[in-house]
Amino acid sequence: MLTKSRDKDKYLSIILITPSVLAVLIFVYGFIAWSVRVSVSKWKGLNPDYTFVGLQNYIDLFADPRFQLDIRNTLLFTAVFVIGTIVLGFFAAVLLDQGLKGENFFRSLYLFPMAISYIVTGVVWRWLMNPATGDRTSGLNLLFQFLHLDFLKNAWHTTPDWGIAAIAIPAIWQMSGYTMALYLAGLRAIPGELTEAAQIDGASSFQIYRYIILPLLSPVTLSALIILGHMSLKVFDLIISVAGKQYMLDVPAIYMWQTTFDGLFYGRGAAISILLLLSVAVLIIPYIRYTLKTETDQ
Amino acid sequence: MRKSKLFVFVALFMLTATILSACAPAAAEPGKVEVFSWWTGGGEAAGLEAMIKVFQAANPNIEFVNAAVAGGAGTNARAVLASRLQAGDPPDSWQGHAGQELIGTYVAGKQIQPLNDLYKAEGWLSVMPETLIPLISDSGNIYSVPVNIHRANVMWYNPALLEANGVAVPTTMDEWLAAMETLKAAGVQPLALGEQWTKMHLLETVLLGTLGTDAYNGLWDGTTDWGGPEVTAALENYVKVVSYANTDSASLTWQDAAQLVVNGSAAFNVMGDWAEGYFRELGKAPKTDYGWAPVPGSVGVFQFLSDSFVLAVGAPNPDGATAWLKVAGSKAGQEAFNPVKGSICARTDCDPALFGDYLKSAMADWGSNVVVGSLTHGVVANDSWKSEIDTALGAFVASNDVATFQAGLVAACASSGPCK
Repeated sequence: MLTKSRDKDKYLSIILITPSVLAVLIFVYGFIAWSVRVSVSKWKGLNPDYTFVGLQNYIDLFADPRFQLDIRNTLLFTAVFVIGTIVLGFFAAVLLDQGLKGENFFRSLYLFPMAISYIVTGVVWRWLMNPATGDRTSGLNLLFQFLHLDFLKNAWHTTPDWGIAAIAIPAIWQMSGYTMALYLAGLRAIPGELTEAAQIDGASSFQIYRYIILPLLSPVTLSALIILGHMSLKVFDLIISVAGKQYMLDVPAIYMWQTTFDGLFYGRGAAISILLLLSVAVLIIPYIRYTLKTETDQ
Repeated sequence: MRKSKLFVFVALFMLTATILSACAPAAAEPGKVEVFSWWTGGGEAAGLEAMIKVFQAANPNIEFVNAAVAGGAGTNARAVLASRLQAGDPPDSWQGHAGQELIGTYVAGKQIQPLNDLYKAEGWLSVMPETLIPLISDSGNIYSVPVNIHRANVMWYNPALLEANGVAVPTTMDEWLAAMETLKAAGVQPLALGEQWTKMHLLETVLLGTLGTDAYNGLWDGTTDWGGPEVTAALENYVKVVSYANTDSASLTWQDAAQLVVNGSAAFNVMGDWAEGYFRELGKAPKTDYGWAPVPGSVGVFQFLSDSFVLAVGAPNPDGATAWLKVAGSKAGQEAFNPVKGSICARTDCDPALFGDYLKSAMADWGSNVVVGSLTHGVVANDSWKSEIDTALGAFVASNDVATFQAGLVAACASSGPCK
């Protein structure tokens, strides 16, 4: 009787899971396979042309100065964004962990930006980072002028060569609250005995953070790195809403969109999207394997 | 037990229903005409509504289906249209920029039909400028019906600023550069410029102003050498012109940039004549708050762009589509659309009394000038070519390296244009 009802449960669960498995197979893996096929074709123009050209689209991309710029921009953006977010998030978490009054209020306050979409963040920061000079100065530059901090005034995202780093500022603003929450949870999970024992042994607070807390937080740091890293590889909407379509702030996702839908270079666009997928996969797959392994070990 | 069976049944039923409803084709009913566009707001949408009224008065038996898709200045609509065409489900007619943007994409994809017979039957060849027809044709076939005309080569200026600094309205490239030098020396911002596409807009007008009509047209049919010395000279002019622009151009929209002129913060701005509608919205008066002239070097030339409608191959209702195109090309249809949209008619016989000061002068030029096409707005180059030019221009804005830019333009023409 028991086995019979177990069998029923099994069938039922298979039936219930089938639609979503099918949907994922078709709409995720099927479309990835289709994009791979387009990326090795010479499709350019409205009508599909699946003539096989091997890896030509990929080879052309790596020789393309625009794609080289995209890679450079992505690396620079990722570095500034990930480091900035992790450092800020960690310090905010440490400050909040001191048991101050109104902790709940500040925690929500720092988390709120995460609830806003990148488009909205972009529109606000577009105004804050207005690079206009003279009478038309506005946003942060105007604030600096009021405070007589003129040396801080700068061209933000229109700075030659380094503009993309300015785009990381709103991204840091938006995501550092999230890393703060991650670190705060991590800090709370550290048993108090450990730090107490260290204090009794005469360790300074710096030593406690350096040799006890930070190492114990390394799984949190890894999670934050992976989550922020794959977000920054895919950055698109933030750049578009701060600065529009501009060559100097180009990243692979924007190039893919423009070349496919404005320029009808479907083969090239598919190749960019596959490279984007691969770069994210390099980050995500080891992480998923690691998490699955630790979960099964437990 | 029964309950769980029922639940499975309901779940499967709903799944099937969802799949079926997603796949069901939109049935082509007779008596309906579906027209696709990206006119969803402002004067464009109002103009379309006015033209639909004219259509319905003339064709009371045909139901008009307005399939407009919002967003991205047409980018979203074009992506939707592309997927519908790839799925074999075309609307009867759709909007597109007249010229190579339509021809390079949809004629090459065998998605639209020639309209020569319609042009003959409706007598449009005699009411539209002779130099316009080759620009909207391919191998002798005309592929779209232009509804409105905008002018790209307009230089807007602030009359008070020019007068205060003793600068006459320039008519040649050299005069323009000299005028901007004078203004700069007087501490006036000579030129207002905006984000990347407005730089391409400026580039096409400087190319026209430096090369002249024939050599400019030759760029697009392969008879002018993109690598030649005259193009080098034009690009060097472009560098000089841009050197007089505001430094924060990358963060300004075209409206931001145009506004600098009417607010007295800058002397010149090059923008299509939709800027005039914007100046009026700001409550500015023509001739006192803003003046206009052809971009220096292009006097007597009308660099145009146009929204136009096509006839789909495999249109579900070809008769209805033709009835729509007849309205789009008619005097009544164009007189309903254009005063609302703030553009002039493609026909040369519209009543000038319906239009304001600027548009009256544009109408006079449209009837008398040589007509050439715009690059940025889809007339002279197909989408692929234009996007390659845009990439080369983007790199140039950052580097100011004329030689690399010119090499990029040569490569763009070879990969996606008529150059060999």
